[in-house]
Amino acid sequence: MLDGLQKAYEQEISPNGKEIIRQLLMNAGIAREERVPMCQDTGCAVVFVDLGQDVRIVGGDFYEAINEGVRKGYKEGYLRKSIVSHPLERKNTGDNTPAVIHTKIVPGENLRITVAPKGGGSENMSAVKMLKPSEGVEGVKKFVLEVVKAAGPDPCPPVVVGVGIGGTFEKAALLAKEALLRDLGEKSKHPDIAKLEEEILTEVNKLGIGPQGLGGRTTALAVHIEIFAAHIASLPVAVNINCHAARHKEIVL
Amino acid sequence: MMEGFSTVSEYKNKVVVKLPQVRLTTPLSGDMVENLRAGQRVYLNGIVYTGRDAAHKRLAEIMDLGKELPFELEGQVIYYVGPSPARPGRIIGSAGPTTSGRMDLYAPGLYARGLKATIGKGRRSPDVISAMRRYKGVYLAAVGGAAALISRSIKEAGVIAYPELGPEAIYRLVVEDFPAIVVNDTLGGDLYDEGIKIYSVE
Repeated sequence: MLDGLQKAYEQEISPNGKEIIRQLLMNAGIAREERVPMCQDTGCAVVFVDLGQDVRIVGGDFYEAINEGVRKGYKEGYLRKSIVSHPLERKNTGDNTPAVIHTKIVPGENLRITVAPKGGGSENMSAVKMLKPSEGVEGVKKFVLEVVKAAGPDPCPPVVVGVGIGGTFEKAALLAKEALLRDLGEKSKHPDIAKLEEEILTEVNKLGIGPQGLGGRTTALAVHIEIFAAHIASLPVAVNINCHAARHKEIVL
Repeated sequence: MMEGFSTVSEYKNKVVVKLPQVRLTTPLSGDMVENLRAGQRVYLNGIVYTGRDAAHKRLAEIMDLGKELPFELEGQVIYYVGPSPARPGRIIGSAGPTTSGRMDLYAPGLYARGLKATIGKGRRSPDVISAMRRYKGVYLAAVGGAAALISRSIKEAGVIAYPELGPEAIYRLVVEDFPAIVVNDTLGGDLYDEGIKIYSVE
């Protein structure tokens, strides 16, 4: 991420944009040095679990164990508690639980847990659209650009744009989030999709939104796309935006 | 911290207005605010109050009932932030701006009562922009995500209302050269629009 920002700093032509990237780089240094969060929004704890099918979990509720980890991590790390228990009553749970947990059964005997705290500001600017298959790749490009343009300064650009194409309504959204787990700028393994990532990134950076929306050529640092098979009638597209603080940590047990 | 931010854009030979950086001390007077222009870099000093979603809902309820607010609004500044908890020995945790648009519903009523500035990130609604013109207020952007850096300009912090809201409580902050940039001024200038005009490519 820092390499991406450093490169953007060198390339940005807008003086305001350049200054903001400089401040973000400085901020990252201070956060590391003083052991404080780089952003106060330490997110909703989104946890991806790849559970090896030969693993057996005994002695208690696995999801409760994850939540206990979140509780402990947010308390001991002095991270902000940003979760309300009921979306309409909106009372803070006080410990940042519950986590949003996605579990996948995979071959093998490992348990891989990836924690990807997700801030609210960029999450709020995300969207899903069910395109007609006839709209094709142009329709996908148009929608992604619409979402990034409408988001403007709100999701703290420079952003990382996660895109999910295919599957069903909910699958596309999950693909978009999974796309954000990739290391910055790591290309899709499908050559055509890798090319599409590059094309959309170029278009996004022509929007002129720039760092913090104050104008510039660095609106996104990367576009990551994940794809899945789709119904003959459907072309779902989801766009999940991540701010420049694309945090994730993985552990294999 | 006074270096940085050139507000001059020479790109494409458009909008080349040199705006001086300015140091402001709260409470803000009408004159101070009316002299600010979109794109101008400011450094705030003095008292700033925090408030985000839940606190604004409570302030609106209080105003509807005609009761007294937890702080006097005249000339004041509200910073849209929910800080992270302070480690022992620190004044505050990280404290960067949150998305201002979520407070748009409440902002016009607060500007009408004398609030002079809000600080956040992201666009304001047409209603808020017209309230700023009408009641002579401004909207300032702080750098979203530069929360550790910003927290260095916060010299005192204490909760003055709604402690039960946790990070959403209202804090009274004392700031020193808190860095921000004017996005919306009292004349209708909008830095977000200007930026896109200059840097977008057809």
